[in-house]
Amino acid sequence: MKLVTAIIKPFKLDDVREALSEIGVQGITVTEVKGFGRQKGHTELYRGAEYVVDFLPKVKIEAAVSADLLDQVLDAITKSAHTGKIGDGKIFVYDLQQAIRIRTGESGPEAL
Amino acid sequence: MENNIFELQYAMDTFYFLVCGALVMWMAAGFSMLEAGLVRSKNTAEILTKNVALFAIACTMYMIVGYEIMYDGGYFLSGITTVAGMDDAAVAGVLKDSAEAGFGGDSVYSGASDFFFQVVFVATAMSIVSGAVAERMKLWAFLVFAVVMTGFIYPMEGSWTWNGDSVFGLFELSYSDYAGSGIVHMAGAAAALAGVLLLGPRLGKYTKDGKVNAIVGANMPLATLGTFILWMGWFGFNGGSTLKLGGIAVANEVANVFLNTNAAAAGGLIAALVIARIIFGKADLTMALNGALAGLVAITAEPADPTPLAATIIGAVGGAIVVFSIIFLDKIKIDDPVGAISVHGVVGFFGVMVVPVTDADATYGGQLVGAATIFGWVFITSLITWFVIKMIMGIRVSEEEEYEGVDIGECGLEAYPEFVSSK
Repeated sequence: MKLVTAIIKPFKLDDVREALSEIGVQGITVTEVKGFGRQKGHTELYRGAEYVVDFLPKVKIEAAVSADLLDQVLDAITKSAHTGKIGDGKIFVYDLQQAIRIRTGESGPEAL
Repeated sequence: MENNIFELQYAMDTFYFLVCGALVMWMAAGFSMLEAGLVRSKNTAEILTKNVALFAIACTMYMIVGYEIMYDGGYFLSGITTVAGMDDAAVAGVLKDSAEAGFGGDSVYSGASDFFFQVVFVATAMSIVSGAVAERMKLWAFLVFAVVMTGFIYPMEGSWTWNGDSVFGLFELSYSDYAGSGIVHMAGAAAALAGVLLLGPRLGKYTKDGKVNAIVGANMPLATLGTFILWMGWFGFNGGSTLKLGGIAVANEVANVFLNTNAAAAGGLIAALVIARIIFGKADLTMALNGALAGLVAITAEPADPTPLAATIIGAVGGAIVVFSIIFLDKIKIDDPVGAISVHGVVGFFGVMVVPVTDADATYGGQLVGAATIFGWVFITSLITWFVIKMIMGIRVSEEEEYEGVDIGECGLEAYPEFVSSK
């Protein structure tokens, strides 16, 4: 099992959700987050003077998936969250040791 | 029958004065909302307190001494005809004055309405100061200054201009300023400039290497509402300054003043919006709002004579000036959170100097001497006043209080206690 964490642009959330459910991902967790990447935030203008926005708003998606679905998931997120402009985000993949469905007590891949 | 018409004319001109005065009073609400929108939320309650308190102080001080200094109306308004004083003999006197003035002549109206109209102008001049010194000045130091400004500094220059008194017996001004681009707006800005110079910029406005930081206003809807309220109030400000409504020629003048005032505001807004878009790449709303106000200030010195096209152009030039003026003052480290010195001072001066273009009776020399007298007087006396206040009680809050917000430090309450602050 793998845990996929993706940081994406907020307006791409619907596209990513749709792409993931199409390939059979059963559920995702979404968090509104802020952060910066290589651009270190960006500057905006107010009355002719610049000010720096250090942390930009992003959306973090977490999906626990079976290992055989991983490549499809990565492909789906990469394609659906892509704009080609700075700030499209990143995907991180972790090994997932255990998953338990609280209602039934199932564990392992059946719990996903 | 003739007397009945004079009685009606007296009633109409008095009524017109009162309604216009009430419109100008409403400008205090406009300034409050504009300033509340352009400061940070942690300083909102304090700027509102300043705005309501300065209005009350202006009304009280002008009643006690200001009206006497400016128009010889008596201390505590002792020269104004009371209800009991308007007996048959007094009525006969008014009718005699009206007959002498004739229908198209000088206006004859209730003295109480004259005070009411004049007093709201004092408050307007003082409102200009509060925006420029926002977010860092001590509340009580500001209110002490308001006492001196509205009771002495403003009435003195008002007496030399609108009342025609000689300046300390030295010379008389030949200066034309219909509703007060210079007398009210530039005067307020001169007092504000003196305060800002002694006060210094807000913490964090300039970095150590001299870069200008933007400090973003908290509430654009309030700033926009404030601008619209000022725009509306300005019809009373300029329209009432005709001082009379009765008579075809005068009524037509009033209508033209309304028309030109509105046209200048529109021209100023368009110019500032377009220029901001060109030089910043974005349509900065706050600049557009300042542009509308700049257009209004620019036309205030002569709103009657220009054609509607000329009024629009005068307003547009004011709107253009204000954008560059705000950028320039920012660069030379004169920190003015709402742009009051640019809108009312720099554009106020432009408004005074553009009068001879459309008014053949005014001269450039007369306008320049008048403007220099007003600015010199208000700036120097304000500087002295601010300095004395600074020596006695200090004018600036502590760094810690400024960081926390003057709402808590000065007023002990927050404007938006249920909002979670992002900083």
